Amino acid sequence: MSARDGIMRRLRAGLEGSQPRPDEFDATLVTRTWRYDSTEARVERLTRLLEAVHTEVHRTTQGDWPQRLYEQLRTRGIPNLLFAPETPHGSQLSKAWEVNGSEIHLTPWDGPIEEWKETLFNDVSASLTGSVGGIAATGTLAIWPDRHEPRLMSLVPPLHIALLKASTIADNLYDLMQTQDWASGMPTNLLLVSGPSKTADIEQVLAYGAHGPKELITLILEDA
Amino acid sequence: MTQSIPVTNLDGDFKTRARHALDDAQLRNNFRTAMDGLMHKREQAFSDPQEREDLRDLGNRIRARALSQLPDLLDQLEQRLTANGVRVHWAETTEEANEIVHRLIEAQEGRQVVKGKSMVSEEMELNDYLAERDIECLESDLGEYTVQLDHEKPSHIIMPAIHKNARQVARLFQEKLGGELSDDIHELVGTGRQILRQKFMEADVGVSGVNFAVAETGTLVLVENEGNGRMSTTVPPVHIAVTGIEKVVANLRDVVPLLSLLTRSALGQPITTYINMISGPRKDDERDGPREVHLVLLDNGRSRAFADAQLRQTLNCIRCGACMNHCPVYTRVGGHTYGEVYPGPIGKILTPHLVGLDRVPDHPSASSLCGACGDVCPVKIPIPELLQRLREENVRHPEDSEAAVAGAGSRYSNREQLIWRGWQWLNTHPRIYRLFLWGVTRLRRLQPARLRPWTDYRSAPTPAARSLHEQARNHMRSKS
Repeated sequence: MSARDGIMRRLRAGLEGSQPRPDEFDATLVTRTWRYDSTEARVERLTRLLEAVHTEVHRTTQGDWPQRLYEQLRTRGIPNLLFAPETPHGSQLSKAWEVNGSEIHLTPWDGPIEEWKETLFNDVSASLTGSVGGIAATGTLAIWPDRHEPRLMSLVPPLHIALLKASTIADNLYDLMQTQDWASGMPTNLLLVSGPSKTADIEQVLAYGAHGPKELITLILEDA
Repeated sequence: MTQSIPVTNLDGDFKTRARHALDDAQLRNNFRTAMDGLMHKREQAFSDPQEREDLRDLGNRIRARALSQLPDLLDQLEQRLTANGVRVHWAETTEEANEIVHRLIEAQEGRQVVKGKSMVSEEMELNDYLAERDIECLESDLGEYTVQLDHEKPSHIIMPAIHKNARQVARLFQEKLGGELSDDIHELVGTGRQILRQKFMEADVGVSGVNFAVAETGTLVLVENEGNGRMSTTVPPVHIAVTGIEKVVANLRDVVPLLSLLTRSALGQPITTYINMISGPRKDDERDGPREVHLVLLDNGRSRAFADAQLRQTLNCIRCGACMNHCPVYTRVGGHTYGEVYPGPIGKILTPHLVGLDRVPDHPSASSLCGACGDVCPVKIPIPELLQRLREENVRHPEDSEAAVAGAGSRYSNREQLIWRGWQWLNTHPRIYRLFLWGVTRLRRLQPARLRPWTDYRSAPTPAARSLHEQARNHMRSKS
């Protein structure tokens, strides 16, 4: 008998004569405590929680963000930025920076990871990704990687910048998952990100920059 | 066999180890400080008691519902994962699970493995198994990495290195990794980061655990702060997840309350930095992610615990560690005293199913039954009740065919049985009982001063001069 058959046989025997329990999921228990009146209230809550975990939040607009981003990166002396040229925000960024004569090198993700793993780990200083939504209750960004914007863009570079449209911030995780109907088609990897990587494994002292980004910047597009 | 792990004071039995731990002031201080901190954080994270209790109730229902249809959900999970391109493997024992993982690594000719935190891989002693076969399996969670460097085992399921303070970690890093001695925690984290990022890049295979496996969508949910879990599951060309068969939940939405309960109970955080939801390997047109994803489902005694409706509740556990944080015994003796992978209250009710009750016969009684563990459990496992049940299993007749736990009956004693039978006889024969009471109260001065082990720490119980019955009778007589 295979391991699977043996395990299944014992589990089924254990349930003999019993009925599956009814689905008594009560959505109000995971939503009613986490309600906010307006987009402004959601932005405020999300900002407060993200700032509490060492994240910089800037409010900007659809037209202005490339310039705001440029200023932030220049202040930090960042030499290059990994971006996804095939995304709408990626193409907007490269156009805007080209016009202004940018001194920050824009690096596209080129080919499969195997071809440039070392460069990604050792030479990329920062990355820009979009997001599919935010969660006010927990101060969280939902990131949906795809072929244009691969998974590691939000993990390997020491500085990660994420764009977040204010209108896509949900009150809580349950609402976000339901309104976007995640269950009907999950991507290969879906991520909830709430701050830069951190650890408290030594004496419970919080230290940022454990294995992933040391810094996270969120640009909230208030008119989007 | 070159068993590289066993630790500082894993020798002897529970009581010997407990005595060692109690004498170690540094260890006790490290645990006391950490547990106080964790309890405080949890309390703050659940500021509304009503919300907390409602959520615990919902968490319990979700886990109970999942277990009530476990075989069907496992079927569904396997189908969905397979459709998503994930290969599912089943293992009855840890040996089988190790063989599966080893075979998968060999197929890649892999020599370097990085591992995200996984308690099931600790059950398997996977690091040792692979090391004996010339494969390096490196822990990447900073706490686990520290513990592995010192050839130790984790002392807490969420905070593996909590038994060490910064000074101790600093000395360990200097000794094993070289460089300057620094007990600045940020510098220590930086050292770990530098070494481990290189390892993520080089690794042939990444191994991880699973916090929740969603049957509806075929999704593996991993919860973490450090990013090592994402690194281990995304950078290497092959990802192998190992988990217990009980970790499945029916729907994606079921994860919402469980996540909130998990991160708040464990660390007092509203959410962890990363919730990593993996539903498949890299697609043809994608540019990163592992090309192969495997899930190894391990039984290791779980299906036997499952067979008993009361003991089945053990499998509700979502591994938050709140029960150990709130346990007066765990806080004083520390995680290593338990001598097994899962310490604290959850360890006491889970371990007997994994290794047999006869290997851990002291576990069920290493408890004051204060009830704190059951009160804080986010999925309402009645831990004290299960401890009492295991105490009964411990003293069953060894040939009792009704035994629900492997290794039951190791504390069966003819003498104890005889004493209890005598006690029963005495209490069911009123005349003899009265005679006994009369004798005990009149001869109370003959009570020996030393009644070991009771009098090792307490004064001997001297019977009263008159029994309660007698006093009551006298009282009633004087009133009339």
